[in-house]
Amino acid sequence: MDWQALTLTLRLATLVSAALLCLGLPIAYWITYSRWRWKFLIEAVVALPLVLPPTVLGFYVLIALGPRSPLGRFWQALTGHTLAFTFEGLLLGSILYSLPFAVQPFAASFAAVDRRLLAASATLGASNWRTFFRIILPLSGAGVLTGVVLSFAHTLGEFGVVLMVGGNIPGVTRTVSIDIYDKVQAVDYASANLTALVLLVISFVALSSVYAINRGVFFLGVNQTRLRGENGGEPRA
Amino acid sequence: MSHVLDVSIQKQFLPQTNSRGGENGAVAPNHHGKGTTSVVPPSPLKTRVLAPEAGLEVKFQAPSGFTIIFGASGAGKTTLLNCVAGLSRPDTGRIVVEDRILFDKERRVSISAAQRRIGYVFQDLALFPHLTSEQNIAYGLAKLDRHEQHSRTQAILESFKISHLRQRKPGDLSGGERQRVALARSLVTDPRALLLDEPLAALDFPTKSRILDDLRLWNEAHRVPILYVTHSRDEVFALGENVLVMEQGRIVEQGSPHQVMTAPRMETVAQLAGFENIFNGVVEAVHEDRGTLTCRVADTNVRLETPLVRAGVGAKLKVGIRAGDILLATAEPREISARNVIPGTVISAERRDMVVVARVRCGEYSATPESAVTPSAALEIEVQLTLAARDSLRLIEGRVVWLVVKTHSCHLIAS
Repeated sequence: MDWQALTLTLRLATLVSAALLCLGLPIAYWITYSRWRWKFLIEAVVALPLVLPPTVLGFYVLIALGPRSPLGRFWQALTGHTLAFTFEGLLLGSILYSLPFAVQPFAASFAAVDRRLLAASATLGASNWRTFFRIILPLSGAGVLTGVVLSFAHTLGEFGVVLMVGGNIPGVTRTVSIDIYDKVQAVDYASANLTALVLLVISFVALSSVYAINRGVFFLGVNQTRLRGENGGEPRA
Repeated sequence: MSHVLDVSIQKQFLPQTNSRGGENGAVAPNHHGKGTTSVVPPSPLKTRVLAPEAGLEVKFQAPSGFTIIFGASGAGKTTLLNCVAGLSRPDTGRIVVEDRILFDKERRVSISAAQRRIGYVFQDLALFPHLTSEQNIAYGLAKLDRHEQHSRTQAILESFKISHLRQRKPGDLSGGERQRVALARSLVTDPRALLLDEPLAALDFPTKSRILDDLRLWNEAHRVPILYVTHSRDEVFALGENVLVMEQGRIVEQGSPHQVMTAPRMETVAQLAGFENIFNGVVEAVHEDRGTLTCRVADTNVRLETPLVRAGVGAKLKVGIRAGDILLATAEPREISARNVIPGTVISAERRDMVVVARVRCGEYSATPESAVTPSAALEIEVQLTLAARDSLRLIEGRVVWLVVKTHSCHLIAS
């Protein structure tokens, strides 16, 4: 069991989830409420990582991080080294790769918030900012949690992008999935099995707890099923 | 006091270019930071179908106190409120509250909904489901300090008799309780004007009248313009100081409840449907002192006494009479209070389920029923009676009868 790879992977996934929480909320907000007619293009771009082979995404990220791209040059001027084959580069690639897994549940839960509540909030003098934090976000709790956990779990399992962008540098870019691949290549099935099992258990626990919470199995202070009944259905007279 | 809410706007209901259009829209937070708010489509469940060619074109002044906006659904009442609240943007015109311009197309003023200080109680209330009653009510007080927020919230909770509900969420409240919380939430912000969109439609009568009492008390203390949308006649008479009748996006009548409800224009096209008998009429005489009109049914010599409406001699109206409101006699009635006694001849009497529908030809009537009557000069009136009445009157074709119609059974419709 390569503990270094595991802690690196967990660190990467945590940072990706955190970054996508900060980045995904405004993107999802924009996608939900913008009336720009070309909005669908942005929606398609955000969804691209869902269908693109990770190697394609990884390839473009690698090019973008390289010394010949503006981003690569900027980073090099700033830090003195390139982004490619570093943890930061890997983080950037992973954020892009997991973007739809955060943005789509966020946007879906924002869209499910009754627009009349937003209208009511506005007539009560609330700014968009206040409406977002007091109304939209609290009523989208389940979707936000789902997005964060999905992007975490998705990052745990990524392989192609890591290989393209990060290479296989122990302690820097060598994640669990790469480790398993290496072990299988080396016909070390026993340790590959152990590592794969650990990854499987972590992913399963993460996802099942999200689904459990969304179904209101645990009491979270806010009763999700009631919220949904109150919000999604016909207004009760 | 002079008028305090002055509205003069036009809005075209755009043909729906995609499946997400609609006029009942709510507000989306704006993204361009211009201080304007844009209308976004409502959830499909609540989309109300409006005639696409109908637009909103209204001009009125609402003094402080209740102004009832009365009309059938689809008349544009909610769109009007949305425009005043800033949730929907008119194409042209002006909206002014107490000398403060909220919207003026020419001056390019459009204050966002959040800045308008207009209270709005939505038809489905739109209480925040995740907040308690107290938090819902305090929501609009964010700009005040905590102490002030608390004292104002407590005061309104008490005056609306809902203090005991302060920790409950909307899901745990009854219909009447939620209504009170929604009203309190809008009123606590001390709005410059109040918009109420059929706020009591779903309530039983006792609950409704208690809430109306609270609302009247609040109104006496605050005296701001209140636009109250309803399609209930009871509410019009209970609250009415000033009534606007809307039809297809236009204000077709304005006045006190009594004036408006007795006006000829009151009988809208939608309400015409219930009248079996509709005739063209011409006003022959106006009796202001007796509160009646004499109308001649066009192209006949049949004269009807009808309620007084604002119409001059020679004015053309439509007269509607329900078939069930007409009495039928086989001898000429005398010494009877009803003012309209019209002789005629039964031309058919057919049974429909448990009622008999008789058609009676009137006008150009002469003593001998056999004498020829030119069809253009005759009037056919439909009368409904029971099977027993038919049998005891021995009502058959050709029988001479007298139709008896009370003055107030003649409904006038502007033609």
